Amino acid sequence: MNTDIVLEAIALDKEVNSPDGPLAIVREVNFRVHAGESVAIVGASGAGKSTLLALLAGLDVPTRGKVLLAGRDLTQLDEDGRARLRAERVGFVFQSFHLVQALTALENVMLPLELAGRADARSAARVALEHVGLGARTGHYPRQLSGGEQQRVAIARAFVTRPAVLFADEPTGNLDTATGGRIADLLFELNATAHTTLVLVTHDRTLAARCARMWVMDAGRLAPGA
Amino acid sequence: MRALTLAVRLLAREWRSGELGVLLLALVVAVAALTGVGFLVDRIERSVAMRANEVLAADLRLQSQSLPAADYEREARVRGLATARVTTVLSVVYQGERSQLANVRAVTPDYPLRGRVSVGREAFGAATGTAGAPAPGEAWPDSKLLAALGLHVGDELSLGAARLKVTRVLLNRPDEGGAFGDLAPSMLIAAADLPATRLLQPGSRAAYAVLFAGQPQSVAAFRTWLEARKQTGERLRDVSEASPQIQTAIDRAGRFLGLASLVAVLLCAVAVAMAARRYVQRHLDSVALMKTIGATSGFTLAVSLAQLFVIAIAAVLLGSLAGFAAQEWLLRALRGLLDADLPPAGFAPLLLGMVTALALLAGFALPPLMQLARVPAIRVLRRDVGAPAPILWLAFGPAVAAIVLLVFWVLRDPKLAGGFAVGLALFVGLLALAGYVMVRIAGSLRGGVGVSWRYGIANLARRRAASIVQIVAFGLGIMVLLLLAVVRNDLLADWRRSLPSDLPNFFFINIPKEERTAFMQYLQERGARSSRALPMIRARLTEVNGRSVKDLRFTDPRGEGFAQRDQNITWQDELGSDNSLVAGRWWTPADHGRALVSISTEYRDSLGLKLGDRMVFDVAGETLEAEVASIRKIKWDSFQPNFFLVFAPGLLDDVAGTWMTSAYFAGGDGRIVTELVRRFPSVSVFDLGELLNQVRSVIDQAVFAVQSVFAFTLFAGLVVLLAAVQSTRDERRYESAMLRTLGASRKVVTLGIVAEFVVLGALAGLLAASGASLAGWALAEQVLNVTYVADARVWLIGTLGGGALVAISGWLATRGVLRQPPATTLRAP
Repeated sequence: MNTDIVLEAIALDKEVNSPDGPLAIVREVNFRVHAGESVAIVGASGAGKSTLLALLAGLDVPTRGKVLLAGRDLTQLDEDGRARLRAERVGFVFQSFHLVQALTALENVMLPLELAGRADARSAARVALEHVGLGARTGHYPRQLSGGEQQRVAIARAFVTRPAVLFADEPTGNLDTATGGRIADLLFELNATAHTTLVLVTHDRTLAARCARMWVMDAGRLAPGA
Repeated sequence: MRALTLAVRLLAREWRSGELGVLLLALVVAVAALTGVGFLVDRIERSVAMRANEVLAADLRLQSQSLPAADYEREARVRGLATARVTTVLSVVYQGERSQLANVRAVTPDYPLRGRVSVGREAFGAATGTAGAPAPGEAWPDSKLLAALGLHVGDELSLGAARLKVTRVLLNRPDEGGAFGDLAPSMLIAAADLPATRLLQPGSRAAYAVLFAGQPQSVAAFRTWLEARKQTGERLRDVSEASPQIQTAIDRAGRFLGLASLVAVLLCAVAVAMAARRYVQRHLDSVALMKTIGATSGFTLAVSLAQLFVIAIAAVLLGSLAGFAAQEWLLRALRGLLDADLPPAGFAPLLLGMVTALALLAGFALPPLMQLARVPAIRVLRRDVGAPAPILWLAFGPAVAAIVLLVFWVLRDPKLAGGFAVGLALFVGLLALAGYVMVRIAGSLRGGVGVSWRYGIANLARRRAASIVQIVAFGLGIMVLLLLAVVRNDLLADWRRSLPSDLPNFFFINIPKEERTAFMQYLQERGARSSRALPMIRARLTEVNGRSVKDLRFTDPRGEGFAQRDQNITWQDELGSDNSLVAGRWWTPADHGRALVSISTEYRDSLGLKLGDRMVFDVAGETLEAEVASIRKIKWDSFQPNFFLVFAPGLLDDVAGTWMTSAYFAGGDGRIVTELVRRFPSVSVFDLGELLNQVRSVIDQAVFAVQSVFAFTLFAGLVVLLAAVQSTRDERRYESAMLRTLGASRKVVTLGIVAEFVVLGALAGLLAASGASLAGWALAEQVLNVTYVADARVWLIGTLGGGALVAISGWLATRGVLRQPPATTLRAP
């Protein structure tokens, strides 16, 4: 069922220039994700996972091939067009949280809503923070929050726009095992309730195993995992 | 609109988090410096101008040989100007059997509109006070008239059909001037007494002057009105014509003040550029994040612009207030040193400050912000990705445009502004190049120093681009401050040199040829220090290069005057020390008796002459043709006898003429001069004491202006540099936290940071001193026409001062971070 496909990569290549000539980081990647699915991309450091994620999310452009996200060909869009598509359909969670230091937890969550021009940004953000268990910490700045708390704010920010696809880059990479476990629970729980498609990049096999499907990235090539 | 709302909301949030403090502080300080200097310059300039206008006894003066229309005064009063009238009649004054021809000046009660009349009780005596106009029935004869008639205060004299009582001795009128137009003594009476004297009859010769004074704008507007309506024969005079010495002082002070304003502008630019750079560094992540979650480039740019605009408005308002308060405080603190109240501050500097601040923000902050909008979203995944390389014209174009525009605005002289802009560009380029070389050299030195220094110097070399930017910024800041100091010293030294206390205070003209030796001897015997004696011959220009002067067309009224009136000419062996040749050569013994003439630069400019031109003069009925052999620049403020036209010796020796000289009498010794007038009755005496006092007072005012504006700009500059150093602290705080985590003591880290700042500041200071010396030379010699004195201390002060200044402010900026536990710093990205 093609209509079901929310994300597709076709013959995706990414090369960068190095002192020794062009260096292929992503090679010949073909990859499909269905709506509501959860997919993990695993691999060692330097395998090209983050680059693939950037290409899939339209943060970077491929050297060859194309990416279809929510039915739109990202390679046919300019940077602003891709940004608009992300605003409507995509959410992100990063390893290093990427919260705006100058904004409180609530304001960080409000940011994507405000960018989309939503009038109810404040109330929606408050609800989202309550959802991740931070209803009492809305006025805190990132530096006043622990790592786990910061990641929960990031998750609230990612889900608050109800995106079609959520990209998560090593979401537990900066956290201890226990905290990481709780963050993963939250991520999968929200994924289930919000019917979001989850694309998770990690080197943590245990975390990857919680996804419905797993792909393995090795030296730029992607293959279905066990 | 959405961008604006979000921008304001984000701004408010950033403000609460304390993030904007440094940017706002830098901008506020910069605007405060700019407007503060602006307010000060404006007020002092107006005060100096007002003081200078005293030589006219007005701001504007209309002179005529026929009665000027009463419309002029009516219109002036409608425009809110004050007016007064002086009617001068040449008449004989009687005291018993004695009589003396005198210029009688009948003045209206408001005379003088600027300055005061200085009066005394004895001829050539000390002033006992100042006054306005004499009351009806009173006469104030001057010392010469008093001496000639043997009058005393309290006596009565006859003037035409009236009898008047001598109540005071006229020692000086503010509008007496240095010109030797009237050889006759003079006397002030009230205009109301003029009809009773019956001196003014149809056909009688009188000269009229109408005086106007008021707010500068009103005077300027009235001048335009008057110029369009004045009749032939009516002449408008301003201070430049009335007193070249005072005009020179005002021009120089004005140029220095303009320079100070420019220095403030450049410091402001440095602060804005540094603050904007920091703003961009601090916002790379959040812009990348905003783009990741869906903001377009245009939107992020709009948000940044809106934020900048709001910050600019806030900075302009706060900065203007602070600038106004600072200069007001300075002037209050210095009140005792001022001999007159300064006029209140106008609104012009406020506007100037706002426009300048906005122009600088647009020029220096816009390009980095546009860069910021181009940060790719991928930075959220790869921290090494910054903004793409700037487009060259976009990065420097607006900055260059803003500076050039402001330089033109302040200097209003295309040639000067062009030179300034080119010089500045060269200096910045040179700073960057030298910074690069020095950073490399410093990097190679680190093997030989201790751990703190090694760490500091290594940082300089590692952050090469940032170090070079900082060297350029600090170097430029220190350079303009040093430059101001260098120029100030030259200017003050020149003023001190030009007005020594034994400057001639009396001029003697009409000394008959046969009495010359006796007269000079008389002066010498009475302890007067006399200067050179020069012959003085009347001549009239008749032809220039074969064309009659009647056929010449003049654009310059002064040229017309030179061509149409009799002039005093002289001959002279040696070139006076107050004269310098700008073209041609001075006489050699071989030129004795040759028909050669040396002209002054004023004469050249007014008549459009050049070397080799041939001029024909009528000298006592004889025709004399001479060739222009040299052109001299005269320092009028030397107060020595000087002539526009100087002929070669041996040519005019036999022509009938008189001699002139100047002399210094300590304390303006009245009795000696009174005696001298009796002994040599044909000699005319001019007391320059009051004019000298006027010039001294204007120069004192100008010195005060230069000193206080310099001090204020220096202070403002230091604060701006402090703010600029503050903006570089982020780059250092993360590393210092890291080092402390690795086990370095706070002392080692502090020393490392101080070492880095010391090297940075000293390098910048060294380069700045070289730039300031070069620019100081150019400014002193080319713009201010003062002698440049090379001073090695500039390098010492530049290097040591730069190192200390940057180190102290750097230490102040990073001290807070060092007090925090490293974890706090490390946790915040």
